[in-house]
Amino acid sequence: MHVPDGFLDLTTSVATAGVSAGAVGLALRRASPEVGAGPAMPGLVSAFVFAVQMVNFPVGAGTSGHLMGGALAAALVGPATAVVCLTVVLLVQALLFADGGLTALGTNVLLMAVVTVLVGHVVTRGAQRVLPRRPGSVVVAASLGGLLSVPAAAVVFVGLYAVGGAVPVDLGHLAAAMLGWHALIGVGEALITGAVVSSVLASRPDLVRAARSSRRRRLLVVGADGARTTVEAAPSHGDAGAHDEPRRPWVVALLVCLVVAGGVSLLASGSPDGLEHVAAAVGFDGAASASAVSSGPLADYAVAGVPGPLAVTVAGVAGVVVTALAGAGALRLVARRRAHG
Amino acid sequence: MVASVDRRAAPPLPVRPLARGDGLLLPTGSPVHRLPAQTKLAALPAFAACVVAVPAGSWWALATCAALLLAVVALCRLPVAVVARRMVVEAPVVVFALLLPLVATGPRVDVLGLELSRAGLLGGGTLLVKASLGVLAAVVLAATTSSRDLLAGLERLHLPRPMVAILTFAVRYSTVLVQESRRLQVALAVRGGGRRLRHLRAVAGCAGALFVRGYERGERVQRSMVVRGWTGAVPVLGSAPATARQWATAGSLPALALVVALVARSTA
Amino acid sequence: MSPAPGSGPAGPSAPSLRVEQLAFAYPDGRQVLFGVDLEVDGGERVALLGPNGAGKTTFVLHLVGVLGAVAGGAGAGRVVVGGVELSRRTLAEVRRRVGVVFQDPDDQLFMPTVGDDVAFGPANHGLSGPVLGERVDHALRLVGLHDAADRAPHHLSQGQRRRAALATVLVMEPDVLVLDEPTANLDPAGRRELTEVLQELPTTQLVVTHDLSFALQLCPRAVLLDEGRVVADGPTRELLSDTALLHAHRLELPFGLDPLAVPPPAVRRVPGPPA
Repeated sequence: MHVPDGFLDLTTSVATAGVSAGAVGLALRRASPEVGAGPAMPGLVSAFVFAVQMVNFPVGAGTSGHLMGGALAAALVGPATAVVCLTVVLLVQALLFADGGLTALGTNVLLMAVVTVLVGHVVTRGAQRVLPRRPGSVVVAASLGGLLSVPAAAVVFVGLYAVGGAVPVDLGHLAAAMLGWHALIGVGEALITGAVVSSVLASRPDLVRAARSSRRRRLLVVGADGARTTVEAAPSHGDAGAHDEPRRPWVVALLVCLVVAGGVSLLASGSPDGLEHVAAAVGFDGAASASAVSSGPLADYAVAGVPGPLAVTVAGVAGVVVTALAGAGALRLVARRRAHG
Repeated sequence: MVASVDRRAAPPLPVRPLARGDGLLLPTGSPVHRLPAQTKLAALPAFAACVVAVPAGSWWALATCAALLLAVVALCRLPVAVVARRMVVEAPVVVFALLLPLVATGPRVDVLGLELSRAGLLGGGTLLVKASLGVLAAVVLAATTSSRDLLAGLERLHLPRPMVAILTFAVRYSTVLVQESRRLQVALAVRGGGRRLRHLRAVAGCAGALFVRGYERGERVQRSMVVRGWTGAVPVLGSAPATARQWATAGSLPALALVVALVARSTA
Repeated sequence: MSPAPGSGPAGPSAPSLRVEQLAFAYPDGRQVLFGVDLEVDGGERVALLGPNGAGKTTFVLHLVGVLGAVAGGAGAGRVVVGGVELSRRTLAEVRRRVGVVFQDPDDQLFMPTVGDDVAFGPANHGLSGPVLGERVDHALRLVGLHDAADRAPHHLSQGQRRRAALATVLVMEPDVLVLDEPTANLDPAGRRELTEVLQELPTTQLVVTHDLSFALQLCPRAVLLDEGRVVADGPTRELLSDTALLHAHRLELPFGLDPLAVPPPAVRRVPGPPA
């Protein structure tokens, strides 16, 4: 999914670069215990992501799939380190292997390092709250994270294209095609993520960050007389962070989606001009212009009474908010039921 | 009874050339090679940005930018075949650019019996040129700068030091882990596995093993650093600053492209 | 032969390395070292032999304070290097005096070029500028990699990587050089080159190895470690000729090696005070 130069216009590219730089900066600071401990561990994790993206995983129907790795990295080393490591991989790919445009680095980082990691992490954590507290649930949770992380990136991509795409494409069709294709890729990602997490869990469960909070809370104590009592396990220092962790990623994820959907569009002044220019350059004279414009993409928005890409933005923002509220509400309902059950 | 040895000369094995010199660097000693990395790291993306800023359909502007970049490529004396091979990474973009005339909206035009979108043809063609120029610029960057200099250049351009340090280690150990992953996959393949869905577990097992090995190697590297007196300071690569003349030389490419882009936009 | 520079206030008769009653247990409760005693004089070359699991690598990590009481683990005993006792306070100093070359050179060559790697150690101790450059140059010459300073580690052969890793340690001018399985994965030519380099070095050397002919060639003295204790300590030729001893500790001579057929090495003595 590496976006090349020229896909999105310059203003959008610059805007996404700004958002990405901010997100990565934030991640660097949040990952500072690991990053500060030395560049060796994050460097090796980045090298791992780089190497594992080249592995051919058999995903059925005679095809092989490749791993994007956002949800996997988040499950293994935590979201902050994962964002940093995936950004490093994208930098290596863009600067050394010409994979992904130099001007599109911000876009690629946003899509593949920030959105996939955040969505993957949020979904994994959310799923862990709902699933039974067993060590194996982290595998299912991580798979779900992988499943949803890929289409989420596709959605953000469509949003970015709506704002700054170089060529006018029917957004409904584009969204359908991208989402459909990436939902399929998401299935592969889910299978691979789950399988790899399961493999690491089998040999070194201490290396799976997402599995830490599934440490048992209650232990069974059998007395000399055979009497059985249950006691609380003493809290480890690792759990202290786990409480405020789930809340922040939600907020950050929401913010990122809102900024991308809403904020970027404010800079999209170039876009309608570009489209109009294309329409004009292809040689419409006055007589034909009415019909040309009425059949072009702008016509859809004009009908809604909202100018240009703003309609898409409003819809996008509304969609994000509604989905987030609905999702959060649903999770709370289930979690509450589970706590009482 | 000693078996007779077949002494006919065996046909020569196809010899694969050893890995290119120093990573991706193609050392031809051109003036571009001699420029400090930070100038190239600033100039080439700036050039790509100017190319992106050229409005769609401004073919003369795109052609001028292409000519500028090709002149740089010629100046670098890079072998054409190698450059072409490295541009293959662009293949998915080509596919997309070819599809655009079919799926884009807007008035259609008849080409060879197909109803293609005018805007799609224009946009697709523009995308192809812009993406190709971007890839070529990145290829020039990697071919004229050693990875160490690239990293030091990023440091000079004030990429956060911890990030540069992590990048350094990532670049260093990517090849090691890729080789390990290849070994694991070969071991799987010779046992007939790795192609069916039911082998997914085994392949994922290789990937999991790769992670654990990578992590443990990270611990050993950290230990080696500690034993050599490292106390936690971010390792700094260090490089010489670029002179104003070098900046000017490198900046000439994006400067010219900027002029072209501005003219193209104003006459659009 | 004068003692290595920077060996501190210790007199010429004090051993370069002294380990007393070193004991250690891993966090999971498994005890690995059961009281190791070792004395190595300046300029000596000692081979540390023993089966897998004997505790050799654990012992090596103790010498630089990565394991043991100093590192916060369950350990006991003392390590004294050139008169300086290893403690939390003297950790940096001891790490400068003891140079460890680990088994996998890729773990020690982590900078983009060999030159950067070799410069890493002294730079951490405050060296910079032309002085640093000279030290790096000198260390690379010692191992025969003078022209490899600007090369990336993964473009070196295995043997060259081993020597580069050695250079990263030699550049700090240690009093004691510890090598963990230096000949593993080396082809015969690489092995010979490494042996030649090590034979030229005046530094005290402690070589952990399974390669018994290498031990015989390089080290006049051998120490046999098994189950966390020193079970034998003497001239290598004699130790390796004691087939019963070897057999008791899962050691075997390589096919065709006759330790007694090799002439005893010329003994180098550190000049001490007249007896």
